[in-house]
Amino acid sequence: MSHHQLDARRLLCPLPVIRTQNRVQTLEPGDTLEVICTDPGALYDIPAWCRMYGHEVTGTEQTHDELRITVRIGSGGG
Amino acid sequence: MTEPRKAVALISGGLDSMLAAKLIKNQGVHVEGINFFTGFCVEGHTHAIRASKQDKPKRNNALWSAEQVGIKLHIIDVIDEYKDIVINPKHGYGTHLNPCLDCKGFMVKKAREWMETNGFDFIITGEVVGQRPMSQRKDTMPVVARESGAFDRLLRPLCAKILPPTLPEREGWVDREKLLDFSGRNRKPQMALATEFGFEDYAQPAGGCCFLTDGNYTRRLGDLWEHRGDKRYELDDILLLKIGRHLRPRPHFKMIVAREEGETNFLQGYRRDFTHLFATSHSGPLVLIEGDVTDEDLLLAARLTARFGQGRSADQVTVEIHPRAGVSRALHVSPLPPNEIPESWYL
Ligand code: SF4
Repeated sequence: MSHHQLDARRLLCPLPVIRTQNRVQTLEPGDTLEVICTDPGALYDIPAWCRMYGHEVTGTEQTHDELRITVRIGSGGG
Repeated sequence: MTEPRKAVALISGGLDSMLAAKLIKNQGVHVEGINFFTGFCVEGHTHAIRASKQDKPKRNNALWSAEQVGIKLHIIDVIDEYKDIVINPKHGYGTHLNPCLDCKGFMVKKAREWMETNGFDFIITGEVVGQRPMSQRKDTMPVVARESGAFDRLLRPLCAKILPPTLPEREGWVDREKLLDFSGRNRKPQMALATEFGFEDYAQPAGGCCFLTDGNYTRRLGDLWEHRGDKRYELDDILLLKIGRHLRPRPHFKMIVAREEGETNFLQGYRRDFTHLFATSHSGPLVLIEGDVTDEDLLLAARLTARFGQGRSADQVTVEIHPRAGVSRALHVSPLPPNEIPESWYL
């Protein structure tokens, strides 16, 4: 089980989801991926995408200009 | 028990593709959605950028609609491949720079490739005969089926009954009797079906699924191509066309002027790639310049920058200029009076 980071800053919707989706495909169940982004749309999109595939959003941190969304990979694949 | 047949549904984020996917899912077919990001899609970009609109976060409509239907969605980045469709459409453009027929053919072709790679059986779209003047006519629908290579594995559940039976219908993978016969521009049947399925709050884009049907947007795109001398573009170019006021005071340069704080923040990310200006004596927008400018052009740009900020009625405004290459400097300028800004400068 390992932890990974994805820099999706300055990317606009739906690119943060596309990058997340593509990265998750290379990870194993139980791994975590922290997605750093700036488009607030990701607050809706990444959890919606995770629900669809059985991944779990374990944390969301929002600072003035950045969002950090942590996803634990489920066994459903990407 | 035999494995259910599998269909890949093109999901645009609009109502029709949602309905088509749901109809087929209700017949016991395993459906997954596919959505292509071209860079021109009507997404919440303006919404995401403008500070004044950030009260409720903008959802991605394709993801939202797939979730409503209860299917997985695969979002595919086709930005680079799509350029050729926008730049050289074999079937030409619609009212604006929308290459709808080529675009549909391209998307169904990509879906067909995905179907083959992933062991799916057929493709569904939310197309309705007669709904759109270019890509959804009875005579152009076979063009999409043929040019995409999908042929009769392409099913349009909302109007299937008025089209010849496709492979999934002939093979009994779906029951043709339960498909529909929608046609024309009347949206009432779709809305009634949405109510029946319990879909609420779905997106209803006015012009079409992308910015290429928007006259204001395509005027800016046309200007970009004209002044670059060819029809090239990068993703950043087409995103920037959505943001700010665009003015072309001289043929060889254009200004992008943020309209509010959110746009200024967004444009900050581009400072390194552009000569940019902003007022320091008063608050005001960040302005990017595209093109090669002389000192005289910069003076004009500084006066315009002053014009669009809080110092618009002041005698003097200090504007900092940061060239893309070279040394920054400050100019003290008088804001350009409105009567010296011809309408024709606005794009
Ligand atoms: S409106 Fe845009 S996305 Fe929709 S078919 Fe036409 S070109 Fe393609």
